[in-house]
Amino acid sequence: MAGLRGIKDATAIVGIGQTPFAKRLGEDEKTLACRAVLAALDDAGIAPGEVDALASFTMEETDEVELAKAVGLGDLTFFSKVGYGGGGSCATVAHLAAAIASGQATVGVAWRSRKRGSGPRPWTNTTVQLPTPAQWTRPFGLLRPADEIAMLTRRYMHEYGATRDHLFNVALACRNRANQNPAAVMYDRPLTREMYMTSRWISEPLCLFDNCLETDGALACVVVSSERARDCRRTPVYVHSAAQGLPAQHHGMVNYWNDDPLTGPAWTAARHLWKHADLTPEDVDVAQIYDAFTALIPLSLEGYGFCGRGEGGAFTEQGALEIGGRLPINTGGGGLSEAYVHGFNLITEGVKQLRGTSTAQVPGAATCLVTAGEGVPTSALLLTNRS
Amino acid sequence: MLRPATDTDGAPFWEYAARGELRVQACADCGEPRFPPRPCCPHCQSFASEWRPTSGRGRIWSYVVPHPPLLPDYAAQAPYNVVVVELDDAPRVRMVGNVVSGAGAPLDSLPPDRIRIGARVQAVFADGLPQWVLERP
Repeated sequence: MAGLRGIKDATAIVGIGQTPFAKRLGEDEKTLACRAVLAALDDAGIAPGEVDALASFTMEETDEVELAKAVGLGDLTFFSKVGYGGGGSCATVAHLAAAIASGQATVGVAWRSRKRGSGPRPWTNTTVQLPTPAQWTRPFGLLRPADEIAMLTRRYMHEYGATRDHLFNVALACRNRANQNPAAVMYDRPLTREMYMTSRWISEPLCLFDNCLETDGALACVVVSSERARDCRRTPVYVHSAAQGLPAQHHGMVNYWNDDPLTGPAWTAARHLWKHADLTPEDVDVAQIYDAFTALIPLSLEGYGFCGRGEGGAFTEQGALEIGGRLPINTGGGGLSEAYVHGFNLITEGVKQLRGTSTAQVPGAATCLVTAGEGVPTSALLLTNRS
Repeated sequence: MLRPATDTDGAPFWEYAARGELRVQACADCGEPRFPPRPCCPHCQSFASEWRPTSGRGRIWSYVVPHPPLLPDYAAQAPYNVVVVELDDAPRVRMVGNVVSGAGAPLDSLPPDRIRIGARVQAVFADGLPQWVLERP
């Protein structure tokens, strides 16, 4: 029974594709989705007609019918969508891996297309909002994701002594990698500590540079069985372990209403991820950690076991997140400095690292952790280039 | 300004707030308070609930100071404070709100540098919404 073997190393990412990233792209989201998916299939050397599985985000505007008929996919036997915005990024690949490992499909494509750069900010919509949590937060002016995460950030800094310099270390590492990546929105825009410390506030204690970019762009990747992956044109990047995480009594980005608001979905996803892996955090050569806000990095470093509780801020010191540091992160620039496309560029950058083709290559990288958004029901992938 | 977009679970909270009372939902069987309100108790699965009066006293657990871009009514008052208050009567019930200079005062009526984590606050009410004032202004 294939299903009982689990998904460890059963599948691999064999194709990645992306559009340009910009504050404004001329084409619509559906067109961008088609371009990214076709680029990923071309990278894999697999014809669109062979695709029989799709996975994306519930927030994705282009549905399976529209995508499949536009790019000429085959008969689909598996399609799923994952909720919670950027918490779903890695789960799209995880669902395809599970579907392929269990025999429900053979060639899967995951994608995300978004015009968040030129399109509306979701929080400005005052007509469509969920009664919970909105009725408990929005009348009081807690309006935006930045405000909700800033609340946890302030408490985190208070409890553990984390500082703005720790958050700056995150922003700087991402910007430095973007400065090496010609595709990054912030490729030619270096960041200094002075710029960070004197920038305008968005929601104290978070400043402009603690917030991700607002980007138009689309990305996709192709997943097949490991057996087939060995015949593909690119170095297979195996899905060694994968997890989703929704902790008991978790409340989403306003996780204020339980015993321990500062341990979020990353802890739940991590327990499953490592339990099903032959690897440990010490084996991770490079990580792509979801960075809608800088403060998510220290929280995720703790959650995924790279340091102890409350040590995430200190972990960022002495260049730990830079190339050559203890744990290089977000080597394409991440959501903070390459593009914010709900974290899908973190998946494709993880693949590039394990192919050896990143613009900020970690020498000999063999294992990469990719995470989705901490602070919302989340997901994570442990990728390797060794089966 | 946004009014609470309420639902069946939350409506009693706002009805009590309109009368100047801060009440929290609690299980009528096992007694555990829960927030936000929901149809049944996550501890004992009972669907019986009650709305328990509180003292309206608590401490600031965390706070933020939003700056634009914001919705227009809020941008007009920015920067203002938003706090999370941990209730003395139910520590896991943490209410989002604003610390103001007095009942009915605007969001920006207290300078943000007056806010401290741990500071004691008391609920007051204006226009059907709870607000918070510092016990030692």
